[in-house]
Formats: sequence, structure tokens, C-alpha cells
Amino acid sequence: MPKINSPTELEDLRREILSKRDPNKPCITLCSGTACHATGSEKVAVAIEKELEKQSLKDDVDVRRTGCHGFCERGPIVVIYPEEICYLNVTPEDVSEIISETIKEKKIIDRLLYTDPNTGEKVVYEYEIPFYKEQTRIVFGPNKNIDPKSIDDYIAIGGYSALSKALFDMTPEQVLEEVKRSNLRGRGGGGFPTGRKWETTRNAPGEPKYVIVNCDEGDPGAYMDRSLMEGNFHSVIEGLIIGAYAIGSHEGLIYVRQEYPLAVENVNIAIKRAEGYGLLGNNILGSGFDFTVKVHRGAGAFVSGESSALMTAIEGKVGEPRPKYIHTSESGVWDKPSDLNNVETWANIPLIINKGSEWFTSIGTERSKGTKIFSLVGKVNNTGLVEVPMGTTIREIIYKIGGGIPGGKKFKALQTGGPSGGCISEEYLDTPVDFDELAKLGSIMGSGGMIVMDEDTCMVDVARYFVDFLCDESCGKCVPCREGLKRVRKILNGIVAGEGKEGDIELLEEIGNVMSKASLCALGKTAANPILSTIRYFRDEYDAHIEEKRCPALVCKDLISYYIDPERCNACRLCLKNCPADAIDGEKKLIHIIDQSKCIKCGTCFDVCPPKFSAVKKISGAPVPPPIPEEKRVLVKDKKAKGGKK
Amino acid sequence: MDVEKIDEIIDGYVDEEGVLIQILLDIQRELNWVPKEAIMEMSRRLQIPISQIYRVASFYTAMSLTPMGRHLVQVCLGTACHVRGAPKILNKVENTLKIKAGETTEDMIFTLRTVNCLGCCAMGPVMVVDEDYHGKMKTSDVNGILERYE
Repeated sequence: MPKINSPTELEDLRREILSKRDPNKPCITLCSGTACHATGSEKVAVAIEKELEKQSLKDDVDVRRTGCHGFCERGPIVVIYPEEICYLNVTPEDVSEIISETIKEKKIIDRLLYTDPNTGEKVVYEYEIPFYKEQTRIVFGPNKNIDPKSIDDYIAIGGYSALSKALFDMTPEQVLEEVKRSNLRGRGGGGFPTGRKWETTRNAPGEPKYVIVNCDEGDPGAYMDRSLMEGNFHSVIEGLIIGAYAIGSHEGLIYVRQEYPLAVENVNIAIKRAEGYGLLGNNILGSGFDFTVKVHRGAGAFVSGESSALMTAIEGKVGEPRPKYIHTSESGVWDKPSDLNNVETWANIPLIINKGSEWFTSIGTERSKGTKIFSLVGKVNNTGLVEVPMGTTIREIIYKIGGGIPGGKKFKALQTGGPSGGCISEEYLDTPVDFDELAKLGSIMGSGGMIVMDEDTCMVDVARYFVDFLCDESCGKCVPCREGLKRVRKILNGIVAGEGKEGDIELLEEIGNVMSKASLCALGKTAANPILSTIRYFRDEYDAHIEEKRCPALVCKDLISYYIDPERCNACRLCLKNCPADAIDGEKKLIHIIDQSKCIKCGTCFDVCPPKFSAVKKISGAPVPPPIPEEKRVLVKDKKAKGGKK
Repeated sequence: MDVEKIDEIIDGYVDEEGVLIQILLDIQRELNWVPKEAIMEMSRRLQIPISQIYRVASFYTAMSLTPMGRHLVQVCLGTACHVRGAPKILNKVENTLKIKAGETTEDMIFTLRTVNCLGCCAMGPVMVVDEDYHGKMKTSDVNGILERYE
């Protein structure tokens, strides 16, 4: 790989790459992000390559494994260029048909297309699918066009031109000013102005200065950063080098969770390629600016995503936070000035440099500029990654892009911001999403996790879920977080077990408030959000658990019983055979009965009972009806006769 | 245990600072756990007290201080999986294997762990055995999947 020694050589290389590419040559792209990979995209890719070989089309069609497209619900995703025909849920069995019909004959295969769940209409092109159409993908967009393992793909779409512009046409001060003017705020959740953070590190005394990429994405239900790391890491590297130039740093540190093996792999490959072209190392593009990076794998600790904890983890120690009366931007890794930004923040930088702060500030709300990538998951039809301008309403995200709630169920809550965030109820669906608006509702935008919950979700159970999570992940250094969480967990465990008592809610609120005020780091300070926000919007559910010993959503194990409706039971023995506790009595043509004393409430019977019977019911807050008398248990097939039993 | 393997890993990090976690991760990957002997060898070579290495190794979830089973079963308890019924799946796996999360079966075939999010929320609830992802899990799927591994 020859080094690129000047901006002109970079442009020459770009022209050379493009000249070798025929935009009209068919290209089959395959989403190869973690989710599609898990559903078998690699098998599809191999099948495509084999089939092309078999049909002697190997030289006429390109195959490209790209990063995550974001429509994870319908993977593996195949998009055929130049038309952008989009096939979903593709299996290896579909491949020969795709090649012979679509590639050779230009015919569309209907069954692999997106079908609008509301109108039943088929959609042929990727850009017309509502999930994509309603998004503004400026940061995440290139993911679907490039092979993350190929730096040439990134250069072909204009990659590293912002770096070249910053190094040759701008002084470090001008770069810093541009980023400050863009009002870019940290995408990791804190929302601190990026330019100001850079400036602090730049002005802090001490050498060397470090710039850090935080990819310790730990919020459950959030995977935006992973998709950028896996799918388009060059955009992050480019942003990082520009930041280093503005700050005056020559060493970069990339912290990535080892739970993301594909991200670790693609990050390392991207760095090697960038080094090969001389985009990392000494005298970048002949500018005289030197910059190197090192990768640190995180070893699995949620709290290590906090900036000061992450920096101690980089030093090879236990990743615990420290009080921040001295900012890490002044004294961080090895006590040197260290600027840490989130993956998505870095990926925004090349765009701001290329298109200018004015363009950037034209997107978004008054105090939150640009777009944000959200991970839209849970009880929603179109699970996936969604990039929208700041200020888009929750309703637009869930219903227009997400396609609403599956199974005709009713929306109950949206959980945002991970374990530090809160739950927002239905009446606030029209709230515009940005840093400040969600905070007003007692939640946070956070790093971008959005978990949709429907009527079958118990909000007390959700609060307990987050408290459980935080209890395990609290490092234990400060008392309010360590002890507060333990007490809260005990109270919530009591409530979901039917042992809640009057005064519990007030006690939860009191402990929550102390934790928010007195904890050492953001983990403890925000740990009360899931509790306080669920109390604020769903107090009736807490009351039902405490006063009536009833779980309205039929979730809390100790408050529900399983019961077989004799009117609906078809005596098929499915539940009986699957019951791990031998708690179901019955035989062929003999209506089944659950022995409540043996039932361990695992829910297997509920799951296996065929939907056309739906005989297994959950009951909460009311006694289980007594078993029907023996003489009435013999199943009568005739429906009329069955009705007569009443 | 092969001390040479440990030395080889440590040799890859000569003269670098803050490498303790990286070395432990490599040992975990190589041996599938971090035995006492490995920690002692690290302590000798790196001149770091054993207590300090233990503190780091016990803090992070990626390192196991006990031997792991042949197959690692991970049940995702991320929020998306949770609201789609992951606790029921975990319960079922625990009942089937007769161990709790974090434990290994007596015959050393399975180690069961929970994870906080695998980022495959579209497939939730998710269970992963070694490298195989099983999505949209139902309690009734558990036995059939586990029977495939021995």
C-alpha cells in the first residue's frame, strides 16, 4: 500500500478508485452487522458467491458485505444495485432465484419484498420503505454503501477529504472554532458541548495530551455505536484525527468492549488500512502532523463507560470513577489532559468540517443541533437503528418509522436513556426528542436507547429490572449508590412478590432523591430515574401491586396464577407433556387441570397452548376458579354440547 | 497449565503500560478461564502484586476465575429481551440444566451466564450457545436447542 503524501495524491487516489468502478455494474450488497450475521447473512453471502460462480457471472456482478443497515427486524438484508432493489429475510435457498431472476432477467421476486403491514402494498426499492424514507441518515447513511474492511470504499464516497481540508486549509484554532460554532453536543448522553471540551484539553498544561473514543456502549437495548464501529469506523478515525489536530494531541486511544468481537475486528482492520495509506502515523498526508492510535479492549463493566472510570481502565486498573472536581479533560489518563468523546460524536466531525457549522446548525432544535441515532427496540414492529433530526417527536419515531406496536397491542411507555433514563407515558408521545425536552419529563435522551413497552409490560417490574442491573454494575465505591440501590432493590422485590406495604413508594422516592444528590458519579446520580419516573407516570400500577396484590400487566410471577379454561381446553396434552413440574393433570379427551400447589409458574403451558385454543389464562388479584368436577372433564367435541355444559 | 503460553502472551506486551486487563483477556481467550497459576506467573513477570491482579480479574465480567464448561450458554437480559419475556427463558434454562446463572454443570458441559445486551434486540428474546444465536426464543424451544450440544 503506497503512502499518500499530499491532498492532491488523495484526490488522485479517489479518482483512480472511482474510475475502476462502473456505477451501472450490478452489485449485490449484504448487511453483515451483528444482528444480520446472527440471522445467517454470511451463509447467504457464501451462497451468492457460489451461485455467481456456477452461473458464470463472477466477473459481471460485485458482491459487497456492508455494515449494519439498521433494519434489523427484517435481516438478512440484500440490496441489489444500481436499482436498489431490497430483499428482506433472505435465506440461502432464495439465492439461486435471486441470481437467475433478478440479476439476469431483471425480474422482481415479490415474496422477498417489504410488505406494508397496514396497506399490504409491496415496496421494491430500499429508499421507499417507510422505515428508511422517514429518516435523515447523515451519519449512519454510508454504512449500507461501504465494506467496512475496505478503506477504498470509504475514500470513494469522499472519505478523508475533511481531514485533508482541516490539515491544509485550516489552522487548529479554526477547526476548534468551527466545531464550537456547530454547537455539537456529546452523543454519549451527557450532552456537553464538544467544542468546549476540546478547548479545555487544548488549553490544559501537560504533555502528552490524549484523545479518546468511548465505545463502551453498555446501555442494554442500545447498539448505535457498535454499528458505527462495525460498519464505518473510518468516519470515526477521521473525526478523531481532526480533533487531535485541533487539540494538539498526537496519541489516540480507542476503548471498545470485547463483547463486540466484530467491532474489535473491524476497528483493528480500519486502523491498519489507515496506517497503510499514511492517514495515521507520522507526517499525515505530508502535513507534518503526527498521530497514532491504540486499541484497548474493555473487559465488561458498565461503570467503565463513565469517563473517569474508562480512563482508569485504560491504565489497566479497576475501572472505577473518581470525583471530578478536576475534569478529565485537564487530568485524565496517566494524569494527562485527555479529551474523551463518544463514537457518534466523533463521526459527526468530518461532516461539520466538510459542510460547515452553518449547515449543521440548520438541522435540529435550538439547543440540540444535528441528528441523533436511536436504537428503537422492544415492542415495536420495525426494530432497528433510526437516525432523525433532533426535535423529531416520539410519535413520529415509534409510529411513522417504527411502524407501531405489534399484535394490535396498546402502547404503554417509552424507556429512553438506558438505566440512567426513565419511562415516558402515552400522553407525552408528541414531545420532541432532544437533550432538554426529555430531561424535563424526568428521563434523558442518553446515548440513544429507546425501548418501546406495550400493555403487557409491568412498570414496577421494569423499575426493578433496572435497579437489579445497576446493583450488579455499581462499583461500590460510594455509599449512596451502593447501599441506596440495595435498599431500593429490597423494597421493589417485596412489591413484586406481593409483600409491598403502605409507605413503600414514599420511601423509594426518598432514597431516590438522596442517591441523585449524593452519589459520586453519573451512574448513582441517575440511578433513581427509572424508579422516580415510573412512580411519576405509573403510580396506579405500584398501588395495584401494594394494595390489591395484583399485577395489572400479568407479569410478576408471585402475583399471577396459570389456569386452564375448561371451556377452551381441547385436551391436546401439549401443555401436559411440556410442563417441567408435572403440575398438569389430564389425558386425551380429558380436560386438563393445573395443580396450583405444584405449579412453578414457568409459563411453558401458556406458551405452548396453540393460539386457536388459547386455553391457558393468567389470573392476578383474583382467586383461581376451583377445578371442574371430574364428571364434567370428559371432552365433548361438539361445540353446542360444550356450550351446554355451562 | 502451560506456563509457556502465558509467557508468550505476556511477551506480546513488553514495555507497554497499563496492559494488565489486555493480558487477562488474552489468557481468558486462550484457556477459557484464568487459573491461579496464570495469575502467579503474571505477578512474577510483571512485578504486580497477586492481590492487585485478583482485584482486576474479579471486577470485570469477561474473566472467569473458575473453569468454564465446554459450552457457554448466554441468555440476554437486555431491556428489549426483558420486556419480550427473557426472564422466563432464563428460568427454563436454569431448571433444565439444574444450575443458576453464573454456574457450570457438574459434568462440565455447560456454563450458564446472563448478558446485559447483545445488541440483537430485533431477535429478542435471544439465547446464544457458543457462537450460535437463537432468536425469538420460547420456553418450549430450550430443551431442543440444549440437546444439540454435548
